Amino acid sequence: MAETPGRTLQEATEEGTGQGGQDRKIQVDNLTKQFRTKEGPLTALDRLSFGVEKGKFFMVVGPSGCGKSTLLRLLAGLEEPSSGSIRVAPGPPGKPANSMVFQQESIFPWMNVWDNAAYGLRMRGVPKREIREVVGEYLEKTGLTRFARAYPHQLSGGMKQRVALARAFANDPDIMLMDEPFSSLDEQNKTLLQEELLRIWDESAKTVLFITHSVDEAVTLGDQILLMTANPGRIKALIDVPFERPRSVMELRARPEYGSLVYQIWESLREEVEQARQKEVPR
Amino acid sequence: MSEAGERVQGGGLGRRRTRRGAAGGEHARDLAFAVLSPLALLAVWEITVRVGVLDERFFPAPTSIVSTLVETIESGELLANTGISLRRMFLGMLVGGTPALLLGLVMGLYRPIRVAVDPLIAATYPIPKSAILPLLLLIFGLGEGSKIAMVAIGVFFPVAINTTAGVLEIDRIYHDVGKNYGAGRWQTFRTIALPGAMPLILTGVRLGFGIGLILIVIAEMVGAKSGLGYMIWNAWQIFQVEVMYVGLIVISVIGVLFTLVLSELERLLVPWRTAR
Ligand SMILES: Nc1ncnc2c1ncn2[C@@H]1O[C@H](COP(=O)(O)OP(=O)(O)OP(=O)(O)O)[C@@H](O)[C@H]1O
Ligand SMILES: [Mg+2]
Repeated sequence: MAETPGRTLQEATEEGTGQGGQDRKIQVDNLTKQFRTKEGPLTALDRLSFGVEKGKFFMVVGPSGCGKSTLLRLLAGLEEPSSGSIRVAPGPPGKPANSMVFQQESIFPWMNVWDNAAYGLRMRGVPKREIREVVGEYLEKTGLTRFARAYPHQLSGGMKQRVALARAFANDPDIMLMDEPFSSLDEQNKTLLQEELLRIWDESAKTVLFITHSVDEAVTLGDQILLMTANPGRIKALIDVPFERPRSVMELRARPEYGSLVYQIWESLREEVEQARQKEVPR
Repeated sequence: MSEAGERVQGGGLGRRRTRRGAAGGEHARDLAFAVLSPLALLAVWEITVRVGVLDERFFPAPTSIVSTLVETIESGELLANTGISLRRMFLGMLVGGTPALLLGLVMGLYRPIRVAVDPLIAATYPIPKSAILPLLLLIFGLGEGSKIAMVAIGVFFPVAINTTAGVLEIDRIYHDVGKNYGAGRWQTFRTIALPGAMPLILTGVRLGFGIGLILIVIAEMVGAKSGLGYMIWNAWQIFQVEVMYVGLIVISVIGVLFTLVLSELERLLVPWRTAR
């Protein structure tokens, strides 16, 4: 894994999709998702096949509308596949299988910050004392302690997103599903929470699936990057990120290999984004 | 609005002028109008009755209404009747509102139930509730049951309909969150449907109270020997016009007080809307 990313994307792709016998957490086979719309069926995902190894940090990158959120919702069980299969290896007993950080605003307007962050734990019937401890800890980490009693309408957009992050972290799931979780945050909070996420991930055996628009973020955080094509969403490439862990974000960004990997991904994405724009029909 | 005048700092004279100027003056004038117009109306009423322009048999002078008010309070008649009507209202709202709330939540959450129950509500809702009174008298007799049932039916529909609408208005994302974070049926009820629908539930309760008040008065006029409706009806029969007015005043006071109680309740139950 520590080799330099001098390989072409094609090589990396072959290696990534190869059916290795490793410890798979998630196995997706020929996954297709169609939505019925007024204009007829819309294929959001077209025969996706890939696997995610246990404990990996798995990034999904692709142009807007290529089906990234749909993929995560399928993995979370919030949508049913039209065809194909998703297999998820069971996690440790007593832990929730997955928790999602949604792309759109998702904290309950009728609960204050504390109750929102405690939601998953309460639904699972975790003892009160433990809830107090865990929620307090994650509100601290997300910088929201002072706002524990505030209602969402009193918070900024970035603060609301941090509440959603605290809710997911506090729930301590086996698989963390994150749909552009940092996109509405300022740079400082983003960097802090990226580091926090990496730390939590380092300490736990969590598998993380993380959608992002930012190639930089994908290369900084990920072990593997799934590049998707524009509609219908297919796999364009599965790229291994060869940098060692734990990573120092700043040092990493200064390396030439970092730059060249980011550049390769960008090149590959640009075609897709351009295609996506051409195909996008106003509704 | 008086701060608008406060903010302009000038010499003594200038400041006084701004206080009386546009914003501050307007506010004072609004207040004056709001207080003075009813008083003026009462004064005109009193005078026109005394000089004989208004017929005293239909429009007794405000002062004689007030003295009747005092008399009926002293005799205990007014308080007893008011208490009886309030009790019927309260029980009726409880008996009608509780199942309506539950039905509304279930209808909002479960499509099959909604599809099955919707036509029943659509068919029964337009029936004027007062038209059911004879039937209720038949079923429940002249006792408390028929009055309470009357109010309950009046409250039921607006609460059920608004609760359903309130649950349907909840953004799908919150149901997704509930599902993803492991909320069971009951937890979805309690943590998503009920609080999410609460603003519209309270609207339903407000509407239901208004309808209930109309119905209780009608029911008491027709089939009761007590309550505010009976008091008004009886006053007509023995031609005590002042007592009729006293009844009307008390009913309007009940309406105003309930509105106040409900907005207080709203501050407690929907802090995320009203705190704004
Ligand atoms: N419930 C739905 N009904 C109909 N079409 C849908 C539905 N959900 C998603 N789509 C369509 O599926 C496609 C993929 O949507 P999705 O939200 O997964 O994209 P995305 O990759 O997450 O985009 P973005 O990066 O902008 O968030 C889009 O064309 C979208 O219009
Ligand atoms: Mg998306």
